[in-house]
Amino acid sequence: MTEKSYYIRNLLKKYPGFELEIKDLSLFKGEIFCMLGPSGAGKTTLLRLLNFLEKAEEGEIIFEGRNFSYHSNTYPLEVMRKITTVFQRPALLKDSVWKNIIYPLKIRNQRVDKAEIMPLVEELGISHLLRQSSRTLSGGEAQRVAMARALVFKPRVLLLDEPTANLDPTNIKIIEQMVTKYAAEERPTVVWITHNHFQAKRVGDRTCLIDGGLIVEVSEKDTFFNNPEQQKTKAFLSGEMFF
Amino acid sequence: MKRVAVLFIVLIMMVVTGCQQPADTGADDPHGDSNGAPADNGAPADNGEAAVPEFGPEYADTIVLATTTSTYDSGLLDKIIPVFESMHGIEVDIISLGTGQAINIAERGDCDIILVHAPNLEDQFVEEGYGTERWNVMYNEFVFLGPNGDPAGIAESADIESALIKMQEHMEDEGIAFTSRGDNSGTHNKEVDLWPLAGIEVEGQEWYTSLGQGMGDTLITTNEMEGYTMTDRGTYFSMMDKLPNLEIVFEGDEALTNPYSIIPVNPNKHPGVKHEEALLLAEFFISDEAQKMIGEFGKDTFGEPLFFADAQ
Amino acid sequence: MPEMFYMQTQGALLPHKIIENDRAFPIRYCPRAVVKRIAAVKQEERNMEAVNALKLLLTFDPYVYNIIGVSLRVSGIALLFSTLIGIPVGTILGLTHFRGKPFVTALLYTGMGFPPVVIGLFVFLLFSSVGPMGSLGWLFTTKAMITAQTIIAFPLVSGFTMAAVLSVDKNLMKQLQALGATKLQASWAAIKEARIGVLVAIIAGFGGIISEVGAVMLVGGNIEGKTRVLTTAIVLETRQGNFGVAIAFGIILLSITFIANLTMVTLQKRHLFASE
Repeated sequence: MTEKSYYIRNLLKKYPGFELEIKDLSLFKGEIFCMLGPSGAGKTTLLRLLNFLEKAEEGEIIFEGRNFSYHSNTYPLEVMRKITTVFQRPALLKDSVWKNIIYPLKIRNQRVDKAEIMPLVEELGISHLLRQSSRTLSGGEAQRVAMARALVFKPRVLLLDEPTANLDPTNIKIIEQMVTKYAAEERPTVVWITHNHFQAKRVGDRTCLIDGGLIVEVSEKDTFFNNPEQQKTKAFLSGEMFF
Repeated sequence: MKRVAVLFIVLIMMVVTGCQQPADTGADDPHGDSNGAPADNGAPADNGEAAVPEFGPEYADTIVLATTTSTYDSGLLDKIIPVFESMHGIEVDIISLGTGQAINIAERGDCDIILVHAPNLEDQFVEEGYGTERWNVMYNEFVFLGPNGDPAGIAESADIESALIKMQEHMEDEGIAFTSRGDNSGTHNKEVDLWPLAGIEVEGQEWYTSLGQGMGDTLITTNEMEGYTMTDRGTYFSMMDKLPNLEIVFEGDEALTNPYSIIPVNPNKHPGVKHEEALLLAEFFISDEAQKMIGEFGKDTFGEPLFFADAQ
Repeated sequence: MPEMFYMQTQGALLPHKIIENDRAFPIRYCPRAVVKRIAAVKQEERNMEAVNALKLLLTFDPYVYNIIGVSLRVSGIALLFSTLIGIPVGTILGLTHFRGKPFVTALLYTGMGFPPVVIGLFVFLLFSSVGPMGSLGWLFTTKAMITAQTIIAFPLVSGFTMAAVLSVDKNLMKQLQALGATKLQASWAAIKEARIGVLVAIIAGFGGIISEVGAVMLVGGNIEGKTRVLTTAIVLETRQGNFGVAIAFGIILLSITFIANLTMVTLQKRHLFASE
């Protein structure tokens, strides 16, 4: 039985006009967990709870055996530093690509070993860009740099919020290959939000559908795409679901 | 970014330590003179400053003398203060302000002694207990300046009253202005008191221009306007070459004397003032030596002295 | 042609008497025409004055160098202090939300345009011997001047820093925190992101205080050798009619400001990828 990384119980996160409610959800080490759903369904909200940048009103998140309930005052830094997040639009510093990539190491006061980082950089095809200013990059290049930055410190949890939504097919492929390779090697927990259910089919071990702040279905890949349990899921996959 | 920060800090350190500076707070000044750098021994320094010996005296103390801008600008203090400083080893920081401001800071105890020329204000100052005693040091005279060539013939007037009347007529006829300092200084108060002697009301007069400035600035303005003004002889002489459009049109009347007094600040009101040292300075000013220097000041430059010694 | 006789005294040439057609006129009693001719000569001399005054600088005149030193020291230290306080305050204001933020922001903006001489008055009353901090004895010393200039520069530095930091993408801050940065680390990154604006803040602060005259005159007293700075020296020389010298000091002041700004701009440019 693979180890749980996250166990979410009776979680309730309130925003004005919106509520995210998760009764019971487990995430496992070494899996790629995809989240599908229409805009505003609550995917990003859940992500923000998973990287502990926000706190829920009610409920518990048990991460690696420790309970982070809503009344915890602060989340310990060393816990948060095991988690990395990549957003849809890469937010890079006005600096060289190299400086951007090693930023997470710098803030953790970790040694920067160029030899160790180069494979990652080469895998993403950005080794020729290291000296360039981040402002001269194309969208695809920037996102790849953001990916390198996210992975440089070997995180235990990788949260991705529609990372390839703005990219062309070549870049999409590079990113997908990078993440799956990393997942295979380091066995982290990967939570991947995407709009594209073909992508979810390609990369995900499990997939879930969220709609209106509630989880509709969580299933293994085959089940989800070929024989979904819920009617809503069927409707979503066939494009009939109205946003 | 670290390199920039380091460079920045290094620059600041250089600024802080590199510039030679004497101690500020009146404590011992080990090796520098009051100018912060050694000057040639005995040779005249630039800008009219008195020559300073190469290795200045170790000043035991510092006192603050507040005086008026016109007194300071005459250059007299630059001549005689260094003598006092080397005699007693006491450094004198001179602050030049308007009369009102000088008296104000003396009342606050921010200086140790004042040298001003405003008899009424001085009396009040001592009466109210802010000053210990008033010593006459010197006097000079106020003179009236006017356009070159004295077109109105003011110089021929018998007395101040007729001079002022002639002046008023000329100003009204020709549209020329009279510039007043308008800054409540000793000079200004003196000027304001003179007009009533001739029965002239200056309020509302078109030609009466109140500037709110010190003597030097007022003279420069008057020169530009080619008008009339009242000034002390000392300031006029020291600035004469910058006032080509003006000349003295009236002088000598009794009403135009301008007496200077030195008054130490009362330690009873402000226990923190350096009263003993201030007394030394006051005594110096009325000493024969200083009085002689005062009487000589300006003779070689202008052919006549700027001040007349007045200590009894 | 009248001949003018000068007396050399204390480094200045002053007219003493004029001899024309074998008649000697002490300078006061000159006929108008003569005076006019002399005035023309004097004008030319005045033009030379500025040049001569600049020569004061080149001959390392200690009077001038003392003034420059005091100016740099006072404004340099004041800038340092106002930067050390102003940049963090501006960053906090730019990055955080708190109750009363509009009030504080408006206060800061008011401070940016506040008349420096009023601050000088306030500092004077503070350090006056009858004032609350009079016992320090800082009045008429550079310490009081530094205090006043720090107060003057602070709103400029923090106001411009705040504006610069406000323009940093909020998503960036979230992203950095999501990568494991503490609030402090993210704030420092924000300052670096806004570094051009922050540099402008420092330049604005420096410009505001090196050229300030009212406050330093009030609290410093323009004491020769101790608290006389370039601006107050200019006031003094102008008051005494030495326009050439005043202009020379003005040129020195401008040069110093220019060199300081040039230094800051080149430092910024040399730092990799800082320029737009």
